[in-house]
Amino acid sequence: MCSLEKRGNVYILTFVGDGEHRFNPTTFDAISDALKEVEESADAAALVTTNAGKYFSCGLDMKWVGESPHDRFDIGMEKLENMFAAFMKLSIPTVAAICGHAEASAFTLALAHDYRFMSTQGSSHLYMCELDHGFNIPKSMLTLIRSKLHPATLRDVVLGGTKLNAQMAFQKGIVDAAFDDSVGTLQAAVKEAEKLAVRGWNREIYRSFRLAAFPDVVEELDIHVPYRMLASYNF
Amino acid sequence: MCSLEKQKNIFILRRTGHGEHRFNPEFMDSIISAIAYVNQNAHQASAIIVTNDGKYFSNGLDLEWMSHDKEIRTQAVGDKFVELLAAVMSLKLPSIAAVCGHACAAGFIFALAHDYRFMRNDRGFLYMSEVDVGMTIPPSVMSVISSKVDSRHLTEVMLGGLKYGAQEALRKGLVDSSHESPDETLGAAINVAVEFGKRKCKGEVYLGLRLGAFPEAAEKLGIRSVSVLPSRL
Repeated sequence: MCSLEKRGNVYILTFVGDGEHRFNPTTFDAISDALKEVEESADAAALVTTNAGKYFSCGLDMKWVGESPHDRFDIGMEKLENMFAAFMKLSIPTVAAICGHAEASAFTLALAHDYRFMSTQGSSHLYMCELDHGFNIPKSMLTLIRSKLHPATLRDVVLGGTKLNAQMAFQKGIVDAAFDDSVGTLQAAVKEAEKLAVRGWNREIYRSFRLAAFPDVVEELDIHVPYRMLASYNF
Repeated sequence: MCSLEKQKNIFILRRTGHGEHRFNPEFMDSIISAIAYVNQNAHQASAIIVTNDGKYFSNGLDLEWMSHDKEIRTQAVGDKFVELLAAVMSLKLPSIAAVCGHACAAGFIFALAHDYRFMRNDRGFLYMSEVDVGMTIPPSVMSVISSKVDSRHLTEVMLGGLKYGAQEALRKGLVDSSHESPDETLGAAINVAVEFGKRKCKGEVYLGLRLGAFPEAAEKLGIRSVSVLPSRL
């Protein structure tokens, strides 16, 4: 489940509840509703996504998938893709405050954010577990991952199945900053979000810049947003 | 030409002899055959290490051989080199280039096609010589370079005509580690290969992930993409 909080112009979306915060239809719907509320809020200026407890999220709920694998795996993939698209389509800057383990599609979700801060507390790691578990990664997810990682880092993450703590993630350019503990990480992420919010960017322009910067992702996630050039300029 | 051996369930493909290991169709075919054998037996191994004897990893295409019948042989070598790159990118296990000598032009690109690059730092350099020699690089071959070279350094690598020793190559992310001698380089590669073996990952999955990670190269080299259903839930 997730909770949504507003501090000034900054929204904070937190994955809450016990356990691994895995994604299933209930969580997908909760996140989708939260993002809708954020997008429709007239004075929203930045979003921070974070977590309570030891896990950011371990990805798709494989127990839920296992109850009916023949259709739920595809449904799960589609809902993941819709979720990635929703985050990519947000018209405000997004900061992921990773305060716990982020694995597989949750790691990918963190990559879908504009900025990433990470906590060292509890040896939190980023981990693309698919290689070890014998899964392939769908093209949509790989396109998103590729769009945010350098070639050698991409190789280490996808082909090496490396578990990266905050320091390693920072050194490899996967996260923008690493902090000693979760409280500090969230504080820094909110501060960054406030700095971005103060810039007062035109939201339509911000969204179209993000989408223009990552055209492969837009294509793979089938994101359709009308593109209007120079919305806020008066010549 | 080249020898293929197995050490601790690691394949080691060695370009033998002290020549420049330049690529002509016959030489490339021998490497491609070795790779085909490795793929058939990938389930028994944890990685492949590709290395060299002597002073050259590879000094590039065999221009001398090509000069004897320029148009036909240039085409033949070009086609065969694409086939070689495709073969390396289609390996069903992790590939490590233990670069124990100069890797120039096609030799450098051949090294880039591998998953990992370890390099000796006592001698030898990586050198994309095409700009100096006046050769163009077709899109198929270029896709390997742009997949593996960080965009921050791509301009310098492609247009700078620089010779990178191991330290500089390491700084620019062109190799993953540097070592004091050929033996140490190979030793380090073997250690890493042993670690890979402990993961016990399936070859089909590994190949699918590599092609998924580098789809432009897969497409331009004509490699059919592999789609793998999850093996367990």
